[in-house]
Amino acid sequence: MAKQATEKSAPPVETITIKIDGKEVEVPKTMPDPITGKPVATTMIQACKIAGIEVPHYCYHPKLPVAGNCRMCLVEFGMPAMGRDRKPILNDDGTPQVRKMTLPYEPGTPRGAIACATPISPGMEIYPNSPATKQMRESVLESLLVNHPLDCPICDQAGECKLQEYSVEHGQAESKFAETKVHKPKQVDLGPRIMLDDERCILCSRCVRFSKDIADDDALGFVNRGSYNTLTTFPGKPFDNNYTLNTVDICPVGALTSKDFRFQMRVWFLKETKSVCTSCATGCNITIGSREEKIYRYEPRDNDAVNACWMCDEGRLNYKWIGRKDRLTAPKRNGREGITWKNAIDDLATRLSEFEPKTTAIIGSARQTTEELYLLKKLADHLDAITDAPARVGEADKLLVNADKNPNANGALVTGFCSGEPGSNLSKIATDIRSGKIKQLIVIGEDVTKHGISAKLLEKVELVLVSDILPNETTKKAKTLLPGSAHAEKRGTFINVKGRLQRFLKAVEAPGDARPESEFLAELLTIVSGESYPSNPEGLFNKMAAETKALADVKWADIGDLGVDVKI
Amino acid sequence: MIVQRKELSWWERLYIPAIISGFRVTVRHFFKKKVTMQYPEERWVVPEGYRGAPYLVKDQDARTKCVSCQLCEFVCPPKAIKITPPGPKVNKSTGNVEKEPADFEINMLRCIFCGFCQEVCPEEAIFLQKDYSLTGESREEMIYHKDKLLELGGTHQDDIMKWAKKNQEAKAQGIA
Amino acid sequence: MEALSEANSIQAILLFGLLKVVMVVAVLMPMISYSVMAERRISAAIQDRIGPNRVGPFGLLQPIADGLKFLLKEDFTPNHVRKAYFWLAPAIAMVPPFLTIAVIPFGSTLGGQNMVIANLNVGILFTFSVVSLGVYGIVLAGYASNSKYPFFGGIRASAQMISYEIAMGMSVVPLFMLVGDLNLGKVIEYQASGAWLIFKQPLAFIIFLVAAFAETNRLPFDMPESETELVSGYHTEYSSMKFALFFLGEYAAMISVSALMVTLFLGGWTLPFMGLDTPATTILGGLLHIGIFVGKLSIFMGLFIWVRWMLPRFRYDQLMDLGWRRFLPLALLNIVITACLLWITR
Repeated sequence: MAKQATEKSAPPVETITIKIDGKEVEVPKTMPDPITGKPVATTMIQACKIAGIEVPHYCYHPKLPVAGNCRMCLVEFGMPAMGRDRKPILNDDGTPQVRKMTLPYEPGTPRGAIACATPISPGMEIYPNSPATKQMRESVLESLLVNHPLDCPICDQAGECKLQEYSVEHGQAESKFAETKVHKPKQVDLGPRIMLDDERCILCSRCVRFSKDIADDDALGFVNRGSYNTLTTFPGKPFDNNYTLNTVDICPVGALTSKDFRFQMRVWFLKETKSVCTSCATGCNITIGSREEKIYRYEPRDNDAVNACWMCDEGRLNYKWIGRKDRLTAPKRNGREGITWKNAIDDLATRLSEFEPKTTAIIGSARQTTEELYLLKKLADHLDAITDAPARVGEADKLLVNADKNPNANGALVTGFCSGEPGSNLSKIATDIRSGKIKQLIVIGEDVTKHGISAKLLEKVELVLVSDILPNETTKKAKTLLPGSAHAEKRGTFINVKGRLQRFLKAVEAPGDARPESEFLAELLTIVSGESYPSNPEGLFNKMAAETKALADVKWADIGDLGVDVKI
Repeated sequence: MIVQRKELSWWERLYIPAIISGFRVTVRHFFKKKVTMQYPEERWVVPEGYRGAPYLVKDQDARTKCVSCQLCEFVCPPKAIKITPPGPKVNKSTGNVEKEPADFEINMLRCIFCGFCQEVCPEEAIFLQKDYSLTGESREEMIYHKDKLLELGGTHQDDIMKWAKKNQEAKAQGIA
Repeated sequence: MEALSEANSIQAILLFGLLKVVMVVAVLMPMISYSVMAERRISAAIQDRIGPNRVGPFGLLQPIADGLKFLLKEDFTPNHVRKAYFWLAPAIAMVPPFLTIAVIPFGSTLGGQNMVIANLNVGILFTFSVVSLGVYGIVLAGYASNSKYPFFGGIRASAQMISYEIAMGMSVVPLFMLVGDLNLGKVIEYQASGAWLIFKQPLAFIIFLVAAFAETNRLPFDMPESETELVSGYHTEYSSMKFALFFLGEYAAMISVSALMVTLFLGGWTLPFMGLDTPATTILGGLLHIGIFVGKLSIFMGLFIWVRWMLPRFRYDQLMDLGWRRFLPLALLNIVITACLLWITR
């Protein structure tokens, strides 16, 4: 991700040539500060990253201010030797002489530098794989593990724990520590979503810096000294801002764990699917962790153009409805099951062909994928129907949360499903129903009784087709009810508030006979219009993009994992 | 390789030596002590290190040793093991071990008695014991759940008792 | 008894004939099942095992359990077989051995009745004609099964049985030249008055014995059903009671051929001492003679079972070679020699 950042930042004027692991590398002299964005001197760890060498680290995080307290990134390095005349001492062949840094009082012992906080300078040589560097890492790890409880079997971090990984990669097989370990509080209730195990903490202070500098809630800190140094909150003040669960992500060990995910499933069982959060119009990139068709967690996925590597707690925990037991699982007609999809769609197609123009309204949802909204728009054009999708407005914050709680309001605009702001046509539809001008209603993915069309009003129209995921007042009245899929159960695209077109993939199977809306809408539209609509999201997207001005030059394959910007 | 067929003598070709030796062998075996074991009454002495059915054990303090780390579930080649983790609810009874499986299933129809679960277990909570003839009247019956596994597994003498030791140390340092 | 003997001869023949048939079948059926049992136990012993010993005391009820199992199993007919023949074959396999028993005197007299169901004066000819029918059951089974292994088995069986019938038939010719009669009762009388024919005609006995193994498809001549190459030969496609009929047929054939050997070579129901070589006058004596007959029969049954584990299976060409190029000339030579001897001694 940091690599992404460097690629995207404007090329700095000045570069410095240094030697890393014996190879000459040209690196920018400065790089933007993660918090302020101002150029600051490039550090050794960043230079190594550019050179393609990962220096092990705990406290360093590319999106957080540098603290330099874990010492894990210690590397041996050398500087060009200076003569008394402040001129470089040259070798016999004319190259500058480089001296490995050693302790001033112990000239045989190499002096390492923490790569995360040491700026590079011209002629510098870094030895990230030298024996001395390896020994320093080994010793640092030994020191970090002195009081570590080694309770990996009961630790949720096991499997994605940096302490485990570096111990295997850089540590020793055996512990020399024979004394009694210092014990610290376990199962500390830090806040409504966070559980802390102080024994596992390696005091890297990532969480402290995140809370202070990113979440702007200076809630965490260390107390006591030496081996008794302990992470804690202010007494009586819970750690409960809307971004607390990010500390769980950045905690390199199992000290901070999510109460929601705690002891639910081991991480190595989770299938990771690239997806997008649907809780607001920001469209944070997420990774869905699922196993055996059950979703266990959302985690933020790095995307500097959208959410860097953070997401809000609210969005992160908004997944449980997908696995609810009362999901709609079978197509129904007049409230009864027992019809097949083919039957239902054929019947619908016949019914739709009987409609008179301008007597139909289609209410969609800005939570549907762009492809689905496109299909609905096409259906509306065919029936000469009035369309709209309800708006969802909530509170915004300074970091990620957007006031628009629909993930795809811009998708509705781009496809023309909503002509202006979502929800602006709803009152007109209600009036037309009341006056009898609209005789048929199609509702996809919304409970219209909560958006100005009361249950009583619904009785005045023929509720031809309703599709939803969970049962509600509208689905009860549907003539034909088709079960849809949640975003985690299908593929598709959303366009976020800033006009970024993002793709999400399928993590789990939809329950029962539920199908992606894009699939059955495409089938229905193919019959109704006589034009062929592909029922797979790739084909559908490409067809839509070819017909839509804003998406004109985008193909499904071009979207990639990080999405592309489109003009709205 | 060509094996030359032995030329048979006149006497051998009469087939009588074959009959005689055949008779000798059969008579010898007819009167020999029989090797059959009268199974349900007589049973093998199961040797040390025999890999029979895997069961869960408790330690001498009657604590369920399994902490639901799910390594056995991960390593199990036929996917016979299914563990239901306890979930986020804090269980006071488990003390500093924090975790105990909500359910632990071994499908004995799937189990191949490879012993990987025992080998991988960091808590010495599962052992391949000496049971070798498992019977049941349905597939469901052959899925052994946590209670049955613990009952069959019995107690395992733990010489280290690492969790109890940790607890003791923590108490001595004034951390409850 | 008096009333019975006073009844007219046709009624007596019908009544006693029926009685003897019932008695023979009643003895024969358990004998077959217990020879299966015996085979299993002896085979087990030779293989250092114990064998079936769980059903009843010493496992003696095992044959009943086996029978029940055969009866209760699903009577499955594969779809690809020729149905009518498929059903017919086991029945045909079962019948000839039983018919053979009809002419064999299995005792002297019991209550004034000859202990033979049909005292035919062409007994041995009848026997051979009936034995030659045995092949039809097997060939039919092989054909009806409509799959390759049974078919191979059937073909092999027909070739093998026809070949050895000739050697077998030739081997007994000298016997009847000596006896001068084809009635099996007379053969026994002849032996009772002199030495058993096994001593007079050892070569004929050996040929007959070997041919008997080949005729009954027993090891070392079980080519028609050799598991290692033909799965189960002609009864591969058979199961449940139809398979059981083949099984019974095989053991009944063993019994009938053993009975024939006892009659032809071992003096039938006689023993050459304690006056046991003359027809019994008391009921006890009659039963004793039947006992002697069954005893001698059991020796041959034991031999059949034992040989199974003694000798490996012959190769097919070796089998045919033995039948046609060894035993047939030998049997013919034996006839000539016997004829010459009879001509000289006359």
